[in-house]
Amino acid sequence: MAHKNTLKFLKTSLAYLFITLGALTMVIPFLWMISTALKEPGQIFSMPPVLIPKPIVRTNFVRAWSSLPFGLFSMNSFKVSILGTVGTLVSCSWAAYAFARLRFPFKNVLFTLILATMMIPGQITMIPVFVIMKYLGWYDTHFPLWVPHFFGSAFGTFLLRQFFMALPAELDDAAKIDGCNPLQIYYKIFLPLSKPALATLGVLTFLSSWNSLLGPVIYLKTIEKFTLMIGLAFFQGQYYTDYSLLMSGSLISLIPIVLLYIVAQKYFVQGIALTGIKG
Amino acid sequence: MKENIKNKNVGTLSFYSKQEILWALFFLAPYLVGLIIFWLGPVIASFLISFTKWELVGKPIWLGLGNYRQLFNDELFIKSLINTAYYTIVSVPLGITLSLLLAVAMNQKLKGIVFYRTAFFMPHISSMVAIALLWGWIYNSQYGLLNYLIGLLGLPPQNWLGNPKLAMPALIIMSVWKGLGYNMMIWLAALQGIPEDLYEAARIDGANKWQQFRNITVPLLSPTTFLLLILGIIGSFQVFEQSYVMTKGGPAHATLTLVLYMYSSAFEWLKMGYASAMAYILALIILVITLIQFKYQNKWVHY
Repeated sequence: MAHKNTLKFLKTSLAYLFITLGALTMVIPFLWMISTALKEPGQIFSMPPVLIPKPIVRTNFVRAWSSLPFGLFSMNSFKVSILGTVGTLVSCSWAAYAFARLRFPFKNVLFTLILATMMIPGQITMIPVFVIMKYLGWYDTHFPLWVPHFFGSAFGTFLLRQFFMALPAELDDAAKIDGCNPLQIYYKIFLPLSKPALATLGVLTFLSSWNSLLGPVIYLKTIEKFTLMIGLAFFQGQYYTDYSLLMSGSLISLIPIVLLYIVAQKYFVQGIALTGIKG
Repeated sequence: MKENIKNKNVGTLSFYSKQEILWALFFLAPYLVGLIIFWLGPVIASFLISFTKWELVGKPIWLGLGNYRQLFNDELFIKSLINTAYYTIVSVPLGITLSLLLAVAMNQKLKGIVFYRTAFFMPHISSMVAIALLWGWIYNSQYGLLNYLIGLLGLPPQNWLGNPKLAMPALIIMSVWKGLGYNMMIWLAALQGIPEDLYEAARIDGANKWQQFRNITVPLLSPTTFLLLILGIIGSFQVFEQSYVMTKGGPAHATLTLVLYMYSSAFEWLKMGYASAMAYILALIILVITLIQFKYQNKWVHY
């Protein structure tokens, strides 16, 4: 009996050890980032490395903020991400509603096509879409970064359709009896009930848009239009030896996402669960 | 609509017909338009462009299979293919396995799950740019944290990002590190979906932990394994940001990935046709690998 308990204790301890080691591996680089950002530039080169800076300075953040228009970069990122998120939520919820509740010919074919689009890598459409954007005069503007979101995405449609299909049909029927048309059913019944799914998709879309680099790198030329990500990459190009500056800049770029995570943690987790269910 | 209210008492609620189709069109309009303008059109256009030589200005010149032939003789392209394959073959299994082990450990109903989950999520939600900058500093050959730490173990400092043999492994380590949290959460969700009574029954039959893992956990996790493998491979073949930010494909093209080469061909050299051909080869590779996986899933994936 005691033997079994000891075994269980050992097993649990081993699990704790493993997990804690893993978590430390995740966290230590970030601690190092914070430590470097708070050091006086000279101190970052001292060997052995100092974990807690003496003195702790905030000048690096000030320098980073003033060396490049980070405020402007952040505003640009916000604008693009919010617009992209709204666009995705509207277009995907519309399409998902059609697939979940309406009957029309070729429905299954169309849905299979949508799934197929997820298998094709984005690089295939990259160049022609660029040509379209250039033709529209949208090169070096923010439009290519958020307008396409208003035209739906396979992932978003898929995710919301799963959710919509789980809502009981009796709700629709009750509304139909009251004389509602599909649009009214959509915004009176489906939207309010879908807040969790919409929040999840919203959070995922915002995160992906905020962190994206390829789009901005392809379409943006003037510095004032840069998003935070390309601003940071540009920042690196300018100050690649000034690590205390680089770490401060990086930290600044992480703050909004960390805040979002603190506020909307469960939606991040839900997003993953919903992705997994796809399998 | 009047007709429909009359039918109310009949009991069927299927009074949508041509109307319903029009409504469907309304709701699908943004997606359908997007599908044609941003997907179908470009997919076809890209295909056609890949058979031409085109520098954005002027007219495309028809080359037939010229670009494709040139690609197979292009040392850089071959290198980028090898690099990308190397990256995928190492990072995907490594990431999937490590995250599974972590998920199994997490599943032991440990306390402080919120703390652990947050810790593992931080790398995942951070942008690759910020992470690449951070690891660029960690990998610094003179003052980097990693060299200091391995120095404590008695190992000599390495030029992680400057040594062609170490650069890709360095990128792989960083990428696996970043992706662990995400994969772990997917594994965890799958693990928690396995009913406890299966393990109970096995325990009663005298199976030990390892046997339980092999005969219950692994088969029941196989759909998730399949999903993560597919997502992992498709994702890794498109690796771009790490190379672009950290090494720009160097040193000596050791970290030149397919998408990086394609990006530079298209947007730095304006070789639109050449880049489009590369895109199609990438798509073909991914398609073939995915099809092979789907074909073989019957042999090992249990639903």
